[in-house]
Amino acid sequence: MLIITALSVVVTRSLFAIVTLSGVFSLLSALLFIRMDAVDVAFTEAAVGAGISTVLMLGTLALTSRSERGDKKTQVAPLFLVILTGALLIYGTVDMPHFGAPDTPAQTHVGPDYLERIPKEIDVPNAVTAILASYRGYDTLGETAVVFTAGIGVLMLMSGLARRRREDEDDKEGPS
Amino acid sequence: MRHHLILRVITKLLVGTIFLFALYVQFHGDYSPGGGFQAGVIMAVGFIIYGLVFKLEKAKAVFPPWLVHKIVALGVLVYAGTGVYSLLVGYTFLDYAAIDPHSPVHGQHLGILIVELGVGITVTGVMVAIYYAFAAHAPNLKDEDW
Repeated sequence: MLIITALSVVVTRSLFAIVTLSGVFSLLSALLFIRMDAVDVAFTEAAVGAGISTVLMLGTLALTSRSERGDKKTQVAPLFLVILTGALLIYGTVDMPHFGAPDTPAQTHVGPDYLERIPKEIDVPNAVTAILASYRGYDTLGETAVVFTAGIGVLMLMSGLARRRREDEDDKEGPS
Repeated sequence: MRHHLILRVITKLLVGTIFLFALYVQFHGDYSPGGGFQAGVIMAVGFIIYGLVFKLEKAKAVFPPWLVHKIVALGVLVYAGTGVYSLLVGYTFLDYAAIDPHSPVHGQHLGILIVELGVGITVTGVMVAIYYAFAAHAPNLKDEDW
C-alpha cells in the first residue's frame, strides 16, 4: 500500500492530489508503526504527518500554482542515483537484526536497564515519556529548540515576503 | 466558506473536543501514549481548523499573533528554566529531583509534567504561527478553484 501511494505521488501531476496522497502515505505509515507497537511514534506521525503538514502544504499550494510544471522527460542520472541509494539502504538492512529479535544490543543493554530503573526512579507507567523527558531530557530540550528555530525561521522568511509585497503595491500606487 | 453549513456546525462542535483531547494527551502523557509534542500539534489543529472554516481574522481574534509569538519562546523558556532551576538549587542540569528534594520520584513526576508542558506550548505556538504566516498571504480562494 505504501509503495502504491508513493508511486502514485510520482505519477500524479495535480499538486492537490499529491498533497492528499502524502497525507494518506503518512496515515499508512502510522498504521505500520502501530503494527510494530510504537504507539507514541504512530501518534506523532498521524498528528504531524497526516494532519498538520497536509494543512501547511495546502496553505503553500494556495500561494503557488495548482499543477506541476515542466516536461516529464526521463533523466537517467537521478534515476540511477535513487536506485543506487535504495540498493545501498536495502543492503544495509541485511546486517540489521530481525524485528523483535531478543539478542540485539538495544534489547540486552539499554532497554532492560531503563525498564528496570523506571519503576524505581520515576514511577511513570509510560516508559516512552519517562525516557524522553527524563533520561533523555537534553535531547528533548534540543528538539524543542529545533522546533523553536524552525518556527522563527519560517516567520522571518514569510514576514519578509509580506513586506516585499507591500512595497510592490506601494510602488504600483505611487505616482510614476 | 460562508455557505458550508455542515462544516461550520461540525467545526463548532469539534473545536472544544479537540482542545479537551489535546489537554488530555498533554497531561495524561505519563500514563498513555502522547506527550507535549503530540498535544501541541493537536492544540494547534484546533486553532487551524477554526481559522480554516471560519475566517483567519476570527482565529486571530481568539489567539492574536503577538501572543502566538510570545508563546513560541515561552515554551523553550519553561523547559530550559526547569534545567536552570535545578542548577540553581544545586543539582545537575535538568535533574528533576531538584523540584522536590524530599521525594525524588515525585520530583520526577512534576519535572516531566513541566517540561512536557514547555514542549507543548512551543509546538502549539510554532504550528499556529506557521499557519498564520502562510494563510495571511493566500488570496481568498473560491471553492471551484480547488
